Amino acid sequence: MLTGLARLDAGNIKISGIDCTRNPKAAQHLIGIVPDESNLYPELSGFDNLCFCAALYGIRKSEREKRARTLLDTFGLADAANRKFAIYSKGMKRKLTFAAGIIHQPPILFLDEPTTGIDVASARQVRQIIADLHSKGTTIFLTTHYIEEAERLCERIAFIVNGRIVQTDRTANLLQPVRGKHVIIFSVSNSVDGLTEDMASAFPSYKFQSVASNQISIESMEPVNVGPLVRFLEERKIQVTEARRHVPSLEDVFVQVTGIEAELMRKEKEKAGSVGNQ
Amino acid sequence: MKRWIAFSNIFIKDMRTYYLKPPNISWGIIFPLAWTGMFFIRSGSGLESVLELLPGVVTIAILFGTTSLLSVTITFERRSRSFERLLLAPISLDLLMLAKTSGAILFGIINAFVPIAIAAFLADLSGIAWSLVVPAIILISIVSTFLGLFISVSVSEVFEAQTFSNFFRFPMIFLCGLFFPILSLPVFVRPLSYILPVTYGVDILHGAVNGEHIMSFTLDFLILCAFCIVLFVLSLLNIKRKWIA
Repeated sequence: MLTGLARLDAGNIKISGIDCTRNPKAAQHLIGIVPDESNLYPELSGFDNLCFCAALYGIRKSEREKRARTLLDTFGLADAANRKFAIYSKGMKRKLTFAAGIIHQPPILFLDEPTTGIDVASARQVRQIIADLHSKGTTIFLTTHYIEEAERLCERIAFIVNGRIVQTDRTANLLQPVRGKHVIIFSVSNSVDGLTEDMASAFPSYKFQSVASNQISIESMEPVNVGPLVRFLEERKIQVTEARRHVPSLEDVFVQVTGIEAELMRKEKEKAGSVGNQ
Repeated sequence: MKRWIAFSNIFIKDMRTYYLKPPNISWGIIFPLAWTGMFFIRSGSGLESVLELLPGVVTIAILFGTTSLLSVTITFERRSRSFERLLLAPISLDLLMLAKTSGAILFGIINAFVPIAIAAFLADLSGIAWSLVVPAIILISIVSTFLGLFISVSVSEVFEAQTFSNFFRFPMIFLCGLFFPILSLPVFVRPLSYILPVTYGVDILHGAVNGEHIMSFTLDFLILCAFCIVLFVLSLLNIKRKWIA
């Protein structure tokens, strides 16, 4: 709706003081969009694609060529500038699509899954560019299935489930409930069915939860004393094969807020669409 | 100025990417040549029939050139989502669609002059009223392009665009007076001829080349202009209704 590609069902839109409710085109010069799929022209070279995108915003030839060269350098695509977009690798296509979205230097930028499907080095580079743009004052709307990416890059986050915002707040505020929490995950030799209730009775200051068929999570607001817990389990002929500290993250907040289990969320990450966060 | 930069770059990009590609240039030459040859042989007469065939061949070259390329390019750009990029640019939808269609219009005009150039070697063209031929060619190119636009915004797949185009184009060859006079058609078919825009362009061309036309030139031009406006407005409405969710 903000980009003008969908109609409003209700309410109104103002972008930088411009009322776009009736005329979505009114503020399009202020907006840059990087879609989830690369949608540049396969027949044009990387350089020509960028120049064409700049021309759509009325930028003069000398200026658009200068900006195209700078962006090709920034994204590490200078060597491929004259190659056709059709023969770019997926990572190169994503990077050029990103460059095309910012060539007119928009103060507002919409990024849809900017790091999905690209190699680790390219993803790191893209994240760094996002951080740089943000530090220079660009307002960025980032849609991603990677919660850790949102936690790292965003100041404000909205959890969206089935197209509706279920919670929105500053990242620091969202993390507040899990901050200071101590979580230990035990991997054990046997099944843990029914064990958590016994442990809860024996150690009432801790919160126990079975997180997989042979894993137990132990939560506390104080540091967890592991020794008595291990001995308790060994007395019941259950070997603790591993104990590791889990640092609570935004993913835990997401699970808490939405009620979507971590396992399901991981599956959701694989298929684009229904669950997002900004 | 900014809008002109956007307009001209869309036009130049389309010319480079689609219209000036060798296969399309050869299509623009071979296709009118084939039709000229076919009707010339079929007529069984000498070189004097070249002028009789010329309006039909010119129209067919424009019609097939514009509708084929425009309907395919727009559908292709929609499928690859690159058309979305244009819709997100800060230019009005009508200017954007004029930019997208201007390449096809120019391609149609260039196509029209291929059979004329061939005819110049075979017949005496000195009697042709060029002051009528040139605007008629421009208007036939515009109306055919807007017909292609109307088709391309009504479908979602490239093959659908081609099928839908043929649904209009082939009947037009026989119903619009390209090679067979409208008055020789059965009476119950004639109303169909008058609801097809090409009829009016061909009537001007026949009048300008052979001095035979069934309506006044003014009426022909007015009706062609009306068809251009109606097809363009309908296409814009379709885009707003279908492509903006």
